[in-house]
Amino acid sequence: MKGGLTPDQVHKIARLANLILTSEEVEKFAPQLSAILEFVSKLQKIPTKDVIPTSQVNGLENVYREDEIDKSRMLTQEDALANAPATHNGFFKVKAVFGE
Amino acid sequence: MDTFKPIIGLEVHVELATASKMFCGCPADHFGKEPNTQTCPVCLGLPGALPVPNKKAVEWTIMLGLALGCTVNEESKFDRKHYFYPDLPKGYQISQYDQPLCIDGKLGDIRIQRVHLEEDTGKLQHAVGVSLVDFNRSGVPLVEVVTEPDFRSIEEVDVYVKKLQQIIRYLGISGADMEKGTMRIEPSISLSTDGKIPNYRVELKNVNSFRFVRKALEYEIARQQREGHIQQTRGWSEDKNATVVQREKEEAHDYRYFPEPDIPPMRWSGRQISDIRSQIGELPDEKKERFMKKYGLSDYDATQLTETRQRAEFFEEVAKEGTPKAIANILINKKVTTKEELMKFLQNAPSISADELQETVERILKENPKAIEDYRNGKEQALMFLVGQALRQLKGKGDAQGISAIIRRLIV
Ligand SMILES: [Zn+2]
Repeated sequence: MKGGLTPDQVHKIARLANLILTSEEVEKFAPQLSAILEFVSKLQKIPTKDVIPTSQVNGLENVYREDEIDKSRMLTQEDALANAPATHNGFFKVKAVFGE
Repeated sequence: MDTFKPIIGLEVHVELATASKMFCGCPADHFGKEPNTQTCPVCLGLPGALPVPNKKAVEWTIMLGLALGCTVNEESKFDRKHYFYPDLPKGYQISQYDQPLCIDGKLGDIRIQRVHLEEDTGKLQHAVGVSLVDFNRSGVPLVEVVTEPDFRSIEEVDVYVKKLQQIIRYLGISGADMEKGTMRIEPSISLSTDGKIPNYRVELKNVNSFRFVRKALEYEIARQQREGHIQQTRGWSEDKNATVVQREKEEAHDYRYFPEPDIPPMRWSGRQISDIRSQIGELPDEKKERFMKKYGLSDYDATQLTETRQRAEFFEEVAKEGTPKAIANILINKKVTTKEELMKFLQNAPSISADELQETVERILKENPKAIEDYRNGKEQALMFLVGQALRQLKGKGDAQGISAIIRRLIV
């Protein structure tokens, strides 16, 4: 990546990760992210013409479960809500979102 | 004024009626349950939880794809679709991107682009200043059926949606009930002046009944003629009786799909696929054709009787209680659903005089000497044949037992 990431690009990446950054943080992370990109881009030099693309390295295929209810791993409502910052009548409570 | 032609495409989501969820063992039936009582680390997206696909959900998706004339992708996989929304606990939805289970189908004249499998989100309730989230629905298997933009009228949409719903119910894989939310429709609509696909489209959300689909599309056709064409997402508002602009989910179109690393790819052999195909059974249109041929029913009657698989099976079970046409009439006009009710109607059916009955039977016997001979030679079916002939002549007025008694008396 020539010249590194622009502040706009860093903001966009942050937004996609649901993070809000201050301008100091943007300045701090821009060169760091650029360095990571540069490091990873070395992979592009590897000749891969004869390599079949894959998203899997462990060789497994067709791993399924039968359609059976397994209550042993279910959480009670209390446990499910235990770490929620806010709850209401058994629901997780969040800031209002409009237009589902 | 220009003549505008609506160009419509549909995305239909259907919740599968499996016992358990898509990637965990929690119950899939969430209707009317206490909030957040059917969750586990997997469907709450807790760190370290591993999803394992529900085999039946995958098979049912393939079955639906086959019923819609699709090709099954022998190699398929799940992908992560990323976005932030409070009903999505992991920050991504496990869905399918470039290798959906089924592609390239057709229903009537409408081309089906893909049929893929994903997980449902939690359910949001909106209150003043806050939203409430229930994750009982999170992770329920959800099939998405996507058409090409092939609809040119609202009527075509109507026919397609009803047909799709009927097929899904025939397969027994979902209640496909719009009011309960087990079937959800998202139309996209644009207007074309030259018949070509325009370079914009308006996506419509929140159309959760057949009636709203129609109203929202009608509204959009008028609105887009009036206001012009911009790409946007709009929701149907029952209060306003109008579609209104919806705020886009931020960066909604940058989903950063990538293959789900926690789930190995799927591979389906030709043999497994034909096994699934063999479970499809007779679909509504084939059944209708057969009813017309086998029972001599009109198009209308056969359509009515094959509306649901249950009704069709009931008809076949009782068709021999009289002439098929007469039985069909009672089932359709009197809305009879049990054998007991049917027998009552048959017994109270307009009776005919003993003379007329006798006369008809004698005529039938005269016309069918071969059947009489067969019966005398011990072929019981020949008697049934003669009874059937008589019932047909009497247009359902006689009763089978009475007729068979007369025949026996006359030919023994
Ligand atoms: Zn679960």
